[in-house]
Amino acid sequence: MDSAINDPLIQIQGLNVAYGSQLAIRDVSVDIPAQQITAIIGPSGCGKTTLLRSISRLTELVDGVRVWGKILFDGQDVYAPDVDVTEVRKRIGLLAQRPFPLPMSIYDNVAYGPRLYGVRQREALNAIVEKELRAAGLWDEVKDRLHAPATALSIGQQQRLCLARGLAVEPDVLLCDEVTSALDPISAQRIEGRLVELKTNYTIILVTHVLRQARRLADYVIFMYLGELIEHGPAEQIFQHPQHPKTRAYLAGELY
Amino acid sequence: MMKINKHLEERIMKGLMVASLALVVGSLVAILGTVLAKGLPALNWAMLTQTPKGGYYLGKEGGILNAITGSLVLVAAATALSFFPALAVVLYLHLFAKHNRLLDLTRLSLDVLWSVPSIVYGAFGFTLMLMLGLRASLLGGIIALALLEFPVMIRTMDEVLLMVPHELKEVSYAMGATRLETAVRVVLRQAAPGLLTAVLLACGRGIGDAASVLFTAGYTDRMPTTLLRPVASLPLAVFFQLGTPVPQVQERAYASALVLTVIVLALSLGARSLTRRLSRHIIH
Ligand SMILES: Nc1ncnc2c1ncn2[C@@H]1O[C@H](COP(=O)(O)OP(=O)(O)OP(=O)(O)O)[C@@H](O)[C@H]1O
Ligand SMILES: [Mg+2]
Repeated sequence: MDSAINDPLIQIQGLNVAYGSQLAIRDVSVDIPAQQITAIIGPSGCGKTTLLRSISRLTELVDGVRVWGKILFDGQDVYAPDVDVTEVRKRIGLLAQRPFPLPMSIYDNVAYGPRLYGVRQREALNAIVEKELRAAGLWDEVKDRLHAPATALSIGQQQRLCLARGLAVEPDVLLCDEVTSALDPISAQRIEGRLVELKTNYTIILVTHVLRQARRLADYVIFMYLGELIEHGPAEQIFQHPQHPKTRAYLAGELY
Repeated sequence: MMKINKHLEERIMKGLMVASLALVVGSLVAILGTVLAKGLPALNWAMLTQTPKGGYYLGKEGGILNAITGSLVLVAAATALSFFPALAVVLYLHLFAKHNRLLDLTRLSLDVLWSVPSIVYGAFGFTLMLMLGLRASLLGGIIALALLEFPVMIRTMDEVLLMVPHELKEVSYAMGATRLETAVRVVLRQAAPGLLTAVLLACGRGIGDAASVLFTAGYTDRMPTTLLRPVASLPLAVFFQLGTPVPQVQERAYASALVLTVIVLALSLGARSLTRRLSRHIIH
């Protein structure tokens, strides 16, 4: 079952995460392939979000969290003491469940990351903003009102704005946590389309509740249950020939 | 039976609420009405444009330009002086201090400081000045007022920053921003309208306060020119004018009070329009 991946970008090794005394991730080890879409699936509360956010060390923003084990990114353990966490987060971007624009204009939202990393020139920023808004499929809708408040956009547009904002930092990895669950079907479809296009340049890890979405998008699948990794492998293998009874039960809609 | 009881209860509660509301609005109208009715007749152009004439600062002629300017200078300087330290304290509390006893203790101390009567700030400022060899002066008044405004400013700003959604900070952290970058570029921007309100609340407390400037700033019939000379202020102008036995001077006290009220009103109206402008990009 342990189908070795050539050239994994991220290697999770013996990862545990505890909120206080409650263990949310138990000894998870899995490799994540580069430039593919990996879907993390499993019932509510099984630790999908926790696992996802541990990859860019966002779990540690919660009070009382403990993380042990390793996550190798490009061969380097992101939890090693000498690692600069901002550098990790720069290279591993996050798209959250609900869009949260920053309190500034559409333009400034996309330019936020580049400015953080020292881009000051107007032309350079203009070029980045246009490129990433196009990549997120939002450019045509907002090109005439780039300096309007980001909150004036619809929820679906805001989510694409957040995608553009994340891409503007030029990460290698994009963590997506149920990114379509707050959206209407059309907006959801648009985001999905973007993700499929983006995987030629990015490694995407996607948490989803919607099995059909995982079937549509995923190249690789990780199934979690009660904080444990139950099964992982190429999408067709997991969906066509699940090995573990729990995976079968979950795919059959019998496990919540 | 139950039903009647409930109805009765609701009517009594409603009656009490309406009565309280009437009390609040009524006292506001009564105060403003008195100030207007007594102040307007005594108010004239000379009041606003001249310094006192005809017998020291309680003169029947001339005006209170010295007190108007004095109050504005005092409060502007004191607010500016306490703003940056207050902002630093608040940012520290929110970004770096861990959730622990120290944080609670800091908040508690600030609440206590807030409710300390302003005469205590005056007395404290006075002691401080004696130690430094200063006499009642603009500088002394600024320091006492800054101390008075400090806890108001911090606690209000603190509440404002508590309302910034956690997710907003997280968005910034997730892009690799540091705590400080996040504070400056995101948190302060989101909180800007609230911070402005905090500043104006502090201004309001500062400009209306008489007790803290009584010993520290003193009083004079001259315009403020240097930091080391006494300075006049509107609350003390009201206090002294009202305290004279001369009826004409007493009437002028209401005019001074009217001027003070109008300044405070203008401050809060100005704040409103500024707040609206700053709120353009705010996330709700
Ligand atoms: N901030 C937190 N504090 C304490 N416990 C938490 C916190 N976040 C998550 N947990 C716990 O950790 C476990 C895993 O939560 P997690 O959010 O990772 O699950 P999930 O698979 O993403 O669930 P869902 O599908 O509902 O989003 C749950 O038992 C949850 O109660
Ligand atoms: Mg989740």
